[in-house]
Amino acid sequence: MRISLNGDPHEVEAPLTVAELLARLDIDARRVAVEHNLVVLKRDAFDRTPLREGDQIEIVNFVGGG
Amino acid sequence: MDLLTIADKSFSSRLIVGTGKYSSPAVMVQAHDASGAEMITVAVRRVNISDRSKESLLDYIDTSKYFLLPNTAGCYTAEEAMRTARLGREAGLSNWVKLEVIGDEKTLFPDNEQLVDATRALVREGFVVLPYTTDDPVVCRKLEDAGAAAIMPLGAPIGSGLGIQNVNNLRIIREFARVPLIVDAGVGTASDAALAMELGADAVLMNTAIAGAQDPVAMAEAMKLAVRAGRLAFMAGRIPRKLYANASSPVEGLVGR
Repeated sequence: MRISLNGDPHEVEAPLTVAELLARLDIDARRVAVEHNLVVLKRDAFDRTPLREGDQIEIVNFVGGG
Repeated sequence: MDLLTIADKSFSSRLIVGTGKYSSPAVMVQAHDASGAEMITVAVRRVNISDRSKESLLDYIDTSKYFLLPNTAGCYTAEEAMRTARLGREAGLSNWVKLEVIGDEKTLFPDNEQLVDATRALVREGFVVLPYTTDDPVVCRKLEDAGAAAIMPLGAPIGSGLGIQNVNNLRIIREFARVPLIVDAGVGTASDAALAMELGADAVLMNTAIAGAQDPVAMAEAMKLAVRAGRLAFMAGRIPRKLYANASSPVEGLVGR
């Protein structure tokens, strides 16, 4: 299925949870925040949030700033 | 002990520093240490999906030592800023946010109308909101009324290093502010930070002045001392300015008179 990942189209195999997506991308879940269709997910919800066709996912982390 | 208290947290340092623009993470770590700061700002950005090789900023920040203040830098609408604030809360360890809603690309001046709206909405969501604003006393009062935990007027445009441009506005804001007054942005060198504190600011927030200095670690220490010196001078109460001289030595008992 196709999702939008940080603004770009991204092809993933269904079924897939947010936690599985992060693992597949080699992203440490403790270091990021995830927005799923404009709703920010709690970290403990990552493994019980399934992705669906067309979902919009934003994965962010902290970078240097003032 | 002269503590800076914002919302439910107290800090012994009145200098807040950023994490941007450093030449290397090692220099940043040393500069943070030299600054004595206890609160540091970070930005919230999309993870680079295609290149996972880069280290995380958090690899270099001891979060048991520093309190992280996520910002909403680069957001141009209240909605963007609120999304970013919610993501920052989840990525970090607190419900604090340095709220920026930018209104102009060239000056990075805030869009104060949207800033006030976003402040009110985020406070309702339980955030501790520290809004970056212009040095406009009316806007600062509106931000206070909207529930801001501190008000953060600029001294000059972000990264400009111009120093405090409107001393009198800051004095007016100081007179009425009931929440901490933090001068955020515009500091270029130590005397700018000292001046902000002498005017009665409760704290100073800066990034470029330290990160962009030729020797960021030395400048960080200079800023630590300047903030402390300015604070002590404010607390001590300066003498009034007079146009003419007033002799320091006795005018009587002069030899030969």
